[in-house]
Amino acid sequence: MKPSTRSRYYGVLAEFASPAALVAAARATHDAGYRKYDAYSPFPIEELADAMHDHKNPISKIVFFAGLTGACVGFGMQAYANLIHYPMNIAGRPLYAWPMFIPITFECTVAFAAFTGVLAMLALNGLPMPHHPLFDVPSFSQATQSRFFLCIESADPKFDPEGVRKFLEGLKPMEIHDVENQ
Amino acid sequence: MPASNELEPSVSPTSRLPVIGPGHTYASINEKISAIVLLRGTTFGWLVGFGIAFMIFMMMLGSISYLLYKGVGVWGINNRVGWGFDIINFVWWIGIGHAGTLISAILLLLHQKWRTSINRFAEAMTLFAVACAGLFPVLHLGRPWYAYFLFPYPNTMGMYFPQFRSPLEWDVFAVSTYASVSLVFWYVGLIPDLATLRDRARNWFTKTIYGFFSLGWRGSARHWHRYESIYLLLAGLSTPLVLSVHTIVSFDFAVSIIPGWHATFFPPYFVAGAIYAGFAMVLTLAIPVRWVYGLEDFITDKHLENMGLITLVTGNMVGYAYIMELFYGWYSANEYEQFMVHNRVLGPYWALYVALIVCNIIAPQFLWSKRIRRNAWWLFGISMFVSVGMWLERYVIIVVSLHRTFLPSGWGTYAGTFWDWTLYIGTMGFFLTLLFLFIRLLPMISMSEMQMLLPGASGAPQKGEAKS
Repeated sequence: MKPSTRSRYYGVLAEFASPAALVAAARATHDAGYRKYDAYSPFPIEELADAMHDHKNPISKIVFFAGLTGACVGFGMQAYANLIHYPMNIAGRPLYAWPMFIPITFECTVAFAAFTGVLAMLALNGLPMPHHPLFDVPSFSQATQSRFFLCIESADPKFDPEGVRKFLEGLKPMEIHDVENQ
Repeated sequence: MPASNELEPSVSPTSRLPVIGPGHTYASINEKISAIVLLRGTTFGWLVGFGIAFMIFMMMLGSISYLLYKGVGVWGINNRVGWGFDIINFVWWIGIGHAGTLISAILLLLHQKWRTSINRFAEAMTLFAVACAGLFPVLHLGRPWYAYFLFPYPNTMGMYFPQFRSPLEWDVFAVSTYASVSLVFWYVGLIPDLATLRDRARNWFTKTIYGFFSLGWRGSARHWHRYESIYLLLAGLSTPLVLSVHTIVSFDFAVSIIPGWHATFFPPYFVAGAIYAGFAMVLTLAIPVRWVYGLEDFITDKHLENMGLITLVTGNMVGYAYIMELFYGWYSANEYEQFMVHNRVLGPYWALYVALIVCNIIAPQFLWSKRIRRNAWWLFGISMFVSVGMWLERYVIIVVSLHRTFLPSGWGTYAGTFWDWTLYIGTMGFFLTLLFLFIRLLPMISMSEMQMLLPGASGAPQKGEAKS
């Protein structure tokens, strides 16, 4: 593929009417050997991840380790405060009163896990991204409303505008749009 | 390509009433919900409601100003009853907030589809209730401008940490974590809907504002995949969180040795009470809203009936706890505990105790009848009783236990003053002001989740649709 094509095109976008049609199209696209493509829908479609062979998802691991960190930080902070930083003898009660540290340890676990998880989701999704070439396609505003889209991107090694167009036409979409890079 | 325009309503197999009205399509759900924000405009009715709420909110600010000027002496609290309206109202508001998290997190994990249309609304209610709740303990500090002393931070005094062995400090962490995680959970749920509003907005200004907050969401399948997993994980994290918050609130009482507070069953008792009060508040708000905005297709009688059932169940749990409180007082064989029970039922505040029993135990019994559970106005009335009853419960727990201390020389009475009442009623104005703004500016029902209730949304081939 020539570099000029790559810079001009973001990709080719096909528009479908139903989730089932989109799932079928995504499956066909993957089977045809395309790898740089994405589907767009107003709500999550259960079967789509399977059709696109999109199984890699590190979110749960990130949340687990963030929670673990939160637990250590929370407990460590309280133990440090009571034992080392400012030991305070109140009526001879034990300084290392670990059951008393559990509530705050728990709250720190949840806070670390939740915030890290949300930030990781946004970072992995590349959001916030106020502009995207797809937003220049007028009918793409339907992607958050009631239409279903599939875009094969020019970054795909197999991409050539004519071939991709022909391939997408074979999937019987409602419409096909060229998406241009700016 | 057959267009899936006419779709049958989604009926979950165990229910008799549908969770969404008949004849809806992906587009119609979007149109109906977004029109409330984008097309309906600012109506006269909304302005009147907002105006009244805003005036009550201003009363709150006035009351707080006077409090800061004079000090907490303007309240009714005294040497015996150091926790008065402020802690009663704190526990009342935070309990109300818990139903929102229950609906959005626990019912999500339990695959209860009927939660979908009420969760956004209930979560907003959670946030606003927690905002009201948070005011009270901070103002009760006496010098609220030093509230940051409650958090660990490096300072020149050399005391970087607060006292972690105190339940009141646990409250600080529990409530601040709860408020911030609830806010994030709510916002994450809103992102796809904000993108929908961005794409439907007619003018540049609206488009820019919703565009800014939607973070450039474009509905990519790879994004949805990660989004769904974090949403589910947030639900999983919020579930123990919400239980922990009211557990820790109950520790404020249970860890002390005051008769009537020092009981091991306080955590489950308080959590049940919180859910009870919260569902009553969701009903109080959802019934008028669904009527005004014509949302009977989305908030169906099924939703009202299920909320009524949860109110009934948690109400009976609370009723059981009241009986156990009496039993514990007798069984403790401790003269102070026994006196407390006697004083609670027959002492100077007996009328409040009777009112509490009527509101919290007798009123919800009407919900055994299916006809009453499916009647919006009956539910509305019962939920009002429950809201009042739950406030009385906290009044009885706090004031009755404190006004008779161990030594008779310290006995006295307590009553809220003008400034107590203006602050309490004022927070309702604050709550309603935020709620009116929410209804006007954000979609009060999750559009993307409602669309998922339609058949075929999972992407499996439908009847009459070619499988390629």
